Amino acid sequence: MGTMSSARSVAALDPGRSVVEQLRERVAAMERRPAGEPVATLPGLADLVPLHAGSTYAVDSASLALALAAGASQAGEWVGFAGCTDFGVEAAAELGIELSRTVLVPDPGEHWLEVTAALVDVLRVVVLRAPASVDERTAGILDSRLRTRSSVLVVHGHWPRVTARLSVEESGWTGPTSGRGELQERRARVVVHRGARPPQRADLAWPGVRRIEPLPGRQVREIRAVDGRAG
Amino acid sequence: MVVWCPDWSVVAALEEADRSLRSPAAVLSANVVEVCNGPARAEGVRRGQRRRDAQARCPDLLLLPANPDRDARSFEPVLAVVEDLRPGVAALRPGLLAVRAPGSWYGSETAAAATTCQALVETGVWDVRVGIADDLFTAEQAARTAEVQSWTVVPDGGSPSFLRGLPVHVLQDDGPRGRELVGLLQRLGLLTLGDLADLPGDAVEQRLGAYGATVRRRARGEDPALFAARTPPPELEAEVPFEPPLDSVEAITFSVRTTAERFVSRLAHHQLVATGVRVEAESDGVVCSSRTWLHPRHFGARDLVDRVHWQLQSAGSTSGAGGSLRARKGTGEVRAPIDRVRFVPELVEPAAAHGEALWGSASDDLVERGVARVQGMVGFDAVRRPVLQGGRSPSARQALVPWGERAVDLRPLDRPWPGRVPGPAPVRVFSPPRPAEVVDDAGREVRVTDRGVVTGELRHFRAVGQDLPWQPVTAWAGPWPTDEGWWSGGAGPTARFQVVGADGRAWLLVRAPDGWALEAGYD
Repeated sequence: MGTMSSARSVAALDPGRSVVEQLRERVAAMERRPAGEPVATLPGLADLVPLHAGSTYAVDSASLALALAAGASQAGEWVGFAGCTDFGVEAAAELGIELSRTVLVPDPGEHWLEVTAALVDVLRVVVLRAPASVDERTAGILDSRLRTRSSVLVVHGHWPRVTARLSVEESGWTGPTSGRGELQERRARVVVHRGARPPQRADLAWPGVRRIEPLPGRQVREIRAVDGRAG
Repeated sequence: MVVWCPDWSVVAALEEADRSLRSPAAVLSANVVEVCNGPARAEGVRRGQRRRDAQARCPDLLLLPANPDRDARSFEPVLAVVEDLRPGVAALRPGLLAVRAPGSWYGSETAAAATTCQALVETGVWDVRVGIADDLFTAEQAARTAEVQSWTVVPDGGSPSFLRGLPVHVLQDDGPRGRELVGLLQRLGLLTLGDLADLPGDAVEQRLGAYGATVRRRARGEDPALFAARTPPPELEAEVPFEPPLDSVEAITFSVRTTAERFVSRLAHHQLVATGVRVEAESDGVVCSSRTWLHPRHFGARDLVDRVHWQLQSAGSTSGAGGSLRARKGTGEVRAPIDRVRFVPELVEPAAAHGEALWGSASDDLVERGVARVQGMVGFDAVRRPVLQGGRSPSARQALVPWGERAVDLRPLDRPWPGRVPGPAPVRVFSPPRPAEVVDDAGREVRVTDRGVVTGELRHFRAVGQDLPWQPVTAWAGPWPTDEGWWSGGAGPTARFQVVGADGRAWLLVRAPDGWALEAGYD
């Protein structure tokens, strides 16, 4: 059977065209994977939010958005960021995002939907800083595109329908006091809402997005204490 | 036949510096005069003089840096002119070229020399001298004895008698080896080449070695040295004329496709790829749009077509300037009808350095196409590629390069950059920084004095005009003072602080002379 199939494929090569080009096409065809397959995730997040192609995830912090994209980028995939006007390149590199396989569209303006749809076509993970209001219909257009293209959409902000919603519940930094020291480590409690299921909590530490034991924190403070977000 | 352009390094450097050829000038390398021109020589400047000595002799001497590449580059047109007259030109070094004398074609050798001189003077090379002789060494010496824009023809078999009378210091032009030999010969009492030529060959070889024997053979006019004529560099430009001229970007883009393919395949035929290409568009015989595009890898035919599209579109649209969002369809018209598009390869590299793998590059191609589509929607420079560079503030440590361009002028990363903020890099970098306010216990604005003292404890902060309202500071660190660009009117002394807010998020605030600003966020 093996000899049969190899003989068939050799015979199918078109002598009029470059052999390498035809082989590349075949490799690409074999590499195409169906929607729903798992996408590489950082070890610290793998059991909390395993990413699946064709799904949408919402986050409320730029660090979480970066962390979700980092795993795929480390695994050799292309990632993109749309609408992130304040993208921190050095932080992305520290998290292991391969900058040479990163596409930025800092300000897509009114074309954000088309741009995101075009990026979803070719990239594995697309991070979108969503505009203020997104209606169900617009989100549906992207959702259907996502499913056929086997990529992951991470939305920083509000999104009507998501597979999982990650938010930072509590956060704190070690290092600085009154004028001394420097920022060293960030500890954050991340809560994952997944549909109607009970929320799941986990403690993560930056840099590196490591799982840590929950600390009854004097350093960790309620994020709800202040009601406001920097846009 | 040898064509000699004396002091070529100085001529080339003066031309590049756009200075008069009559001003005294010298090209220095390692603070020693390497070449000087006639006016400088008249003032007493000599090769091998130290910079200070040369300046003492001639205070208004123009000092130019040595640059062999520049010399060779500017000599290229001279080679091309002579090549037109007689193919098979060999560039011996910048300023000196050899070619088989095209005597019979022009009637006589004198006529050939005159024709060459005239052709070169017409292209603007003022000081040119021609020598014709049986062998290369004699021809070079003949050229050196010729006057400006003139020639010396040594008749057939006349080399030994022509060389006899020349002093031995003509060998100085043969590099350090030659200079050493000149000194030795003069100490031995051999003052002309004829003296050397008369000595027995084996004795010269024993005393002066193989080089001495070669020089003796040359002095006798017996040197068989030939030159390897160069192959003219291939013509790699490609252009496409439009008859009648086209005035729509879409039509032009469609029509240049085959030319772009031909351009790329011709490069590939020479085992080359282009990494930098200048695209020129001509309107009514005048170049109306010219831009150099650099590719992060190398140009394919589709990349070139895209570049033509972007270039003509941005030239045509009046509102699209400044990187703002272009209308999706654009006007689609160029300012003036284009009758010619030309691709000029500016940077060419061997294809072997850009080999592609069999596995995996297909998906990269796919990404390139997808990104090109996004560029078509929002404009060429709205899609960026992030790169790191050296710097102190977070926004200075990164650069967003337009997709499909190569990053140029990046600051090096491997320098220490004293004064940069330690700790993890901020996830959000605000460029430009947002105005902010920071107050102490008494509600007064916190300042940093000239000596770097913070006037009070940081208690509350907010970003002005943003949705980051007043909030208490739970912890802070700093200041990290810097004073960047004070020599060119920089921002003045600034101090950076890491501030943790009540919600556990950290921010990077900077105190500049004109107030506080929120520079980055550790969100």
